Amino acid sequence: MLKYLAPLAIFIALALFLGRGLNLNPREVPSPLIDKPAPAFELSRLDKPEQKLSVAQLRGQVWLLNVWASWCVSCREEHPVLVEAAQTNAVPIYGLNYKDQRADALNWLRQFGNPYTLSISDPDGKVGIDYGVYGVPETYLIDKQGIIRYKKIGPVTRESWQNTLLPLVKKLQG
Amino acid sequence: MMRVVIACLCCAVIGLAYGQQPTVEQRDPAIESRVRALAEELRCLVCQNQTIADSNADLAIDLRNQIRAKIKAGLSDAQIKQYMVDRYGDFVLYRPPVQPNTVLLWLGPFALLVLGLAALFWQLARRRRAAPAIDLSAADHQRADDLLDNSTKNRPDSST
Repeated sequence: MLKYLAPLAIFIALALFLGRGLNLNPREVPSPLIDKPAPAFELSRLDKPEQKLSVAQLRGQVWLLNVWASWCVSCREEHPVLVEAAQTNAVPIYGLNYKDQRADALNWLRQFGNPYTLSISDPDGKVGIDYGVYGVPETYLIDKQGIIRYKKIGPVTRESWQNTLLPLVKKLQG
Repeated sequence: MMRVVIACLCCAVIGLAYGQQPTVEQRDPAIESRVRALAEELRCLVCQNQTIADSNADLAIDLRNQIRAKIKAGLSDAQIKQYMVDRYGDFVLYRPPVQPNTVLLWLGPFALLVLGLAALFWQLARRRRAAPAIDLSAADHQRADDLLDNSTKNRPDSST
């Protein structure tokens, strides 16, 4: 009896491992920055380049940092969701314009709408590297103490906004 | 005359080609070899099966430049790897670190090999034990032969 059960048991074990593996997405690399302070930056504003924005200025509020670019196709997918979310005024969304040209970025916002409280420019991607950006769009949820609490890799969908981001925002806002 | 003209044109083209060498800054071969060595230890997160050295993704180019900048700033290889891991996590190391959560990854194949060989030898030993050699007497041998010969002869479809 055992000799018939052993291969079946091995097969079931392998099937469980395979099932688990197929449900994991290798594109979603877990970020080591969760629960760590958001890396400092001081970047020019997209709309008024002579003015700068730093992370320190955003202390005391819960905010989203959305990494986007005019050349990024997936960003167009999530943009309507962000525009809608911005209209609810649930949480301020700041844009990090990643490796982009200022003119292209401004045109893009004019064309598709601007959900951002304001956007800042990271033309050479240096701040992106500090935040571990590897594939736009990416969105970071940062709390009142400036700690990164959540990172969304890929476009923000209505579902992920309703079920994951919004509840977390509410919780952090207290 | 034509040949002279063509020869001059060729020299001009070759001269121009040499002139296009990257003269942005003198590339230091010692630094470049360190960049290459480190780049081969780091994974490109965009094309995840390639190292930063092999990949031509924008991110890979940026990270190679970042490695070069950090080397010039005087960081050691270990510090640069730590810099990358701090930002991108363990997955950025092309060779997974040997840690409690990767022990299964490193030892798994060897463990499976040992288990497989053990199962194989156990099966072979069982087979050998289950089929002991039977000694037949001469008379029994003859009986067996007769039976075997008869069975082939008496079959209607035998084609011997």
